[in-house]
Amino acid sequence: MLAYISQRLLQAIPVLVGISVLTFAMLHLVPGDPVEIFAGDKPLTPERAEEIRHQLGLDRPLYVQYFDYASHALRGDLGVGLRSQRPVIDSIVEALPSTLELTSAALLLALAAGVSLGIIAAVAHGSWLDTVAMSFAMLGVSVPVFYSGLLLILFFSFRLGWFPATGQGGAERLVLPSVALGLASAAALARLVRSSMLEVLSQEYVVTARAKGLAERAVILGHALKNALIPTVTLLGLQLGALLGGAVVTETIFSRPGIGRLAVDAIGNRDFPLIQGTVLFAAVTYVLVNLAVDVLYAVIDPRIRYR
Amino acid sequence: MAQLSLPAQSKTDQAPPPGRSLARDALRRLAHSNSAIVGGAILLVMMLAALLAPAVSPYDPIKTSQRTSLEAPSAAHPMGTDRFGRDILSRVLWGGRLSLPVGFVSVLIAAAFGISLGLLAGYYGGRLDAVIMRLVDLMLAFPGILLALVIVAILGGSLLNLMIAVGIASIPDYVRIARGTVLSIREREFVLAARTIGAHNTAIIVRHILPNILAPVIVLATLGMASAIITGSTLSFLGLGIKPPTPEWGNMLDEGRGFLQRAWWVAFFPGLAIMLTVFSINLLGDGLRDALDPRLRRK
Repeated sequence: MLAYISQRLLQAIPVLVGISVLTFAMLHLVPGDPVEIFAGDKPLTPERAEEIRHQLGLDRPLYVQYFDYASHALRGDLGVGLRSQRPVIDSIVEALPSTLELTSAALLLALAAGVSLGIIAAVAHGSWLDTVAMSFAMLGVSVPVFYSGLLLILFFSFRLGWFPATGQGGAERLVLPSVALGLASAAALARLVRSSMLEVLSQEYVVTARAKGLAERAVILGHALKNALIPTVTLLGLQLGALLGGAVVTETIFSRPGIGRLAVDAIGNRDFPLIQGTVLFAAVTYVLVNLAVDVLYAVIDPRIRYR
Repeated sequence: MAQLSLPAQSKTDQAPPPGRSLARDALRRLAHSNSAIVGGAILLVMMLAALLAPAVSPYDPIKTSQRTSLEAPSAAHPMGTDRFGRDILSRVLWGGRLSLPVGFVSVLIAAAFGISLGLLAGYYGGRLDAVIMRLVDLMLAFPGILLALVIVAILGGSLLNLMIAVGIASIPDYVRIARGTVLSIREREFVLAARTIGAHNTAIIVRHILPNILAPVIVLATLGMASAIITGSTLSFLGLGIKPPTPEWGNMLDEGRGFLQRAWWVAFFPGLAIMLTVFSINLLGDGLRDALDPRLRRK
């Protein structure tokens, strides 16, 4: 088990390095002179340009710049935001809790709703319940987050007045955003759980369990579900990515603070240190989270560990 | 041309009925698939609407008119008007001319590059394979739309850049499929036989490997188009893709955001268009997937 974990960690390192190279390169891939980006709107004389270039170390060879960037990043120094003049890392740390809150709530919701719906549909296979459930799931997967968010605000906030439409803090402000964000994941999970449950339920060991005289609930929940969840866990990693990406939109719509909104605003403002910092942070987090999911996968499915 | 069967599962290893090609089988199943028919029909309507927009759209989608600003849906304007008095129905029709091609073209880009890379990686193996797979891992390291976001941040927002960004972000899936298929087919007898008689590598790839990739790629491309449309409109919604006044479903929703309370129709109808289009594509994709599933061939 430990060997598996360390192996995956080692495999992750080149990817992490690659991410840092890519985020570093962003500044230089943009058409135009990086100096102009840092200078902002102020008029730029050649002397001033040279000054800035030297100040930022842009006159050094690229690989030197990269090592400087990477070593700073490892120490948590991601530069200073152009707009805010605050350390990027501070902005990120400040925005993080809100995004975490949103994403975990959405994930829990998606798991609870998706898995139950999937089980119900599988058990009621072929009936109207199955068809209705899967139609909803299909719709759920087809609705972009920004649309579901807007619809939820329209109905539950403006028309019914049950929940506030914007802001962060308190459970009531969390409901609509997490539903909007979790909807597509719940739908995807429902479909996956249903199909893997159906596949599992037709396997021989289920027939055996039933023949042994086990109560139906024990068969479904105890035997079938555990195995049906294996492909679900692999989907989890993908869903987390979708959730992180969707958080960007959700935070924008519901005017919540968070990493997603930070990134979008940064891109809109061409604030490159902030863009680089948030992208680096998001990608690294995603890689580590996927690693955790892989380990979880190995815990659930012993066959993986011994490859 | 020889009939190729996809790798069969142990349970269904019987030979297919004689004289039935995979294509004809699949088309038969497709014709009976409810989801494929419904999905295909709706998609056809959406595509026709977009194609015929210049002829069918009742008003000019860009011309503004203060007089008719923010009117509720009525006979004159079935979907109402927006802040600038522009007819929403016309803008939705015209918007399809941007949102739909973004889906198509980005999938084409992703499939073209992805399959080529996957074929190369699988067929030649070794260091080329390692490099390509590392590249794919790197792309997969970016969650969701973040990669497309980064590319648009670098290149700037425009129709072409949107297609490129969404396309590049979708490449990994095609690489995986192509590479996986090649790996499973590479060692089979007919490939060794072809090599023995001196067939060129390219010929082998084209004649033997490509037909086997076709089915999964078709399914992937269909479902990929759905997510490409969502990603594209999301980027435009965030102000990073196609910008107003050009009508695009995503940026129309962004414009409608501010008026949600007093003019819900401005955001409602473009979003409905996106949802309907994506829904129909997903239905079609599901039907295609069932029709092309090799394990069902025995029917």
